[in-house]
Amino acid sequence: MNPLSRRDFLKGAGALATASVLPVNLIELAFAGSESFSFAYISDSHIQQIRGTEFVRNWDRGLMRAVAETHLLEPKPDFIVFGGDLAQLGSKPELDHGAEILSALRGKVHYVMGEHDYYLDLGEYWQKLFGPHFYSFDHKGVHFVVLNSILTYDDWTYHRWPTPEQRMQEMAGLDNPNGSPFMVGEKQRAWLEKDLAAVSRETPVVVFSHSPLQKIFRGWNFWTEDADEVQALLKPFAKVTVLYGHVHQIQYHQIGNISFNSAMATAWPWPYPTAYRQGEVYLPKLTVPMNRADPFHERDGTGWQLVNLASGNVDVQYTLYDNRRRSVVFSPKTGGPEDSQYQDPARRIPPQTHY
Amino acid sequence: MKYCIFVLCLSAAVFSSLAAAEPLGLPTVPIPADNPQTAEKIRLGERLFNDLRFSSTGTVSCATCHDHTKGFTDSPLTTSEGIKKLTGTRNAPTVLNAAYLKSLFWDGRSPSLEDQALHPFLNPVEMGLPNHEPILKIVRSDPAYVKAFSAVFGKSGGEVTMKEVTQAIASFERTVLSGDSPFDHWYFGGDKDAMSPAAQRGFQVFVGQGRCVSCHVVEQNQALFTDNRFHNIGVGINRIQADVARLAGEFLKAKAAGVDVDQAVLTDKKTSELGRFAVTGQFDDLGAFKTPTLRDIARTAPYMHDGSLKSLAEVVDHYNNGGVGNPKEKVNDFLSGGIRPLNLSTEQKADLVVFMTALTSQPAADQKRSPRP
Repeated sequence: MNPLSRRDFLKGAGALATASVLPVNLIELAFAGSESFSFAYISDSHIQQIRGTEFVRNWDRGLMRAVAETHLLEPKPDFIVFGGDLAQLGSKPELDHGAEILSALRGKVHYVMGEHDYYLDLGEYWQKLFGPHFYSFDHKGVHFVVLNSILTYDDWTYHRWPTPEQRMQEMAGLDNPNGSPFMVGEKQRAWLEKDLAAVSRETPVVVFSHSPLQKIFRGWNFWTEDADEVQALLKPFAKVTVLYGHVHQIQYHQIGNISFNSAMATAWPWPYPTAYRQGEVYLPKLTVPMNRADPFHERDGTGWQLVNLASGNVDVQYTLYDNRRRSVVFSPKTGGPEDSQYQDPARRIPPQTHY
Repeated sequence: MKYCIFVLCLSAAVFSSLAAAEPLGLPTVPIPADNPQTAEKIRLGERLFNDLRFSSTGTVSCATCHDHTKGFTDSPLTTSEGIKKLTGTRNAPTVLNAAYLKSLFWDGRSPSLEDQALHPFLNPVEMGLPNHEPILKIVRSDPAYVKAFSAVFGKSGGEVTMKEVTQAIASFERTVLSGDSPFDHWYFGGDKDAMSPAAQRGFQVFVGQGRCVSCHVVEQNQALFTDNRFHNIGVGINRIQADVARLAGEFLKAKAAGVDVDQAVLTDKKTSELGRFAVTGQFDDLGAFKTPTLRDIARTAPYMHDGSLKSLAEVVDHYNNGGVGNPKEKVNDFLSGGIRPLNLSTEQKADLVVFMTALTSQPAADQKRSPRP
């Protein structure tokens, strides 16, 4: 027996531990600064009613697990963001059931509207449960904006469909020729312009939207039709980060001063859209594809994230079940977010390029 | 030894000679390059395994909790009894087929059989030695050991260390195999009548609606009935649900301050239930324990890492309820994704239990093996 093997073994285990509970402390130290803080970001639980009080168990369990894990964080996150698509088909029972699971969260929660929450009653019941569709707040020197980015053309929303149920179903599908691209819309953009007018250009800005405020892949609405206009409003600020859900995978990108970071879903993963390319793809080349999820392990390919803000830039720690943890950290050197381990193609593990 | 022979005739599974061909249903035993098998080494290991003097009271050997007449467990004890009848927190895992495991102990905190053997000697509720010196004193002076260590390792006196002691024990353990069961004859051997119709139906539940095979792996030409992974299946952790955050936090702080994991998990009932998390600190290891083999399972009741389920029928009910003993109980938040209600019928559940009894290995008497080259 090699007498070192146990020590090495435990050392290896310790290295793994730096990706979950302890690391929160480590990161705080690494970026020690008076305005450094963290928040948890949970997204895309897709709570789905089967009938009556019966809901899809797998989606329930994914959300419950993420919620329970936020209780283990030390230090406690300053607040929690839910990134949208709490429900699958926007019904009252689904939203109620999701709200009940989320009620176990401790501390302030900010909610983002997803299309699966919206297109049944256009966010009416959601608003009763969670508050306004878009607003802003300030926290420790950072200006946060919550947008409802999943609106679309009025004609599609108000005049196209015989029933709200059908409207919801049409928007819920991928590659659906009857769908319609997401947008923030003129009204919200006017509000955003006004809101940002009062913010110093040096103040770090973090925007929460459900869809990416960039154009990636239209067929799956990894897309926001008026992304360019929204980006223009954010352009004057020194440091801007957009955190979005919807894509159920890790993406990141830098456009000028704006960093883009996506969130994992607690429900299921989507593949990288380049693999299914059917139209224009703007997916940033630098993004490292996710490790292939093993369908054998039911929670693989899902997760949630802890977001640390150090000097206004964001780094995202991904909690990924049955898979290797990942961190996407803003790099001052390249001026954009980078995977802390897998950025170099030579360091990627083979399944990342296989589907 | 006479009742030992009696048991051998019934169902013992020790292939005490060197196995050139493993029993039906098992892959080749992996042998570490730095610890090749020899007949003398295996015999020495067996003697060490059974030596009561390696405990502070002279009453406990490895075999006390890993008794070959009980499928290398201490069935029917719930959790193991060490010196002075002290009890630990975990049910003795079988040594059968431990040769194939990628990590040892219920939480996998040890990487090899050689390493694993170091720890029970020193655990205060197992063999209770203050350090390994008393063992070395015996093996360096007892004439039979002196002779054996010299023959096996060419070492004597101070040259004999725990490395040689644990290598010999591990070599013995690598011969403790369980295969060649009615299931193996039916599934791999092509004998259509080797298992009863009920067991055959039970196998269909095992690989189908019961989803057991997801973790208790059966492959095309071998079946170890484990995936070597760790899962939270709702045993143990269900008792500490309200307390997980506090316990996890306190444990990590204690571990960072240098507390011995081995002692912490075997002496503190609640900390024990954190499972694999105690080793890795990973969220998805909370309450997770290693998938045990199912071979000879009918001989090793009670079940689960804490011995909390008395019978295979109770185990099946626990899984059928989706990770709780009682369907009305709260499922724990960290439950592994694969655990969910199975909706098995009474007959399916009964068949599943019958199938598991068909995993008991056949008598060793007719399993003459020639030494591995």
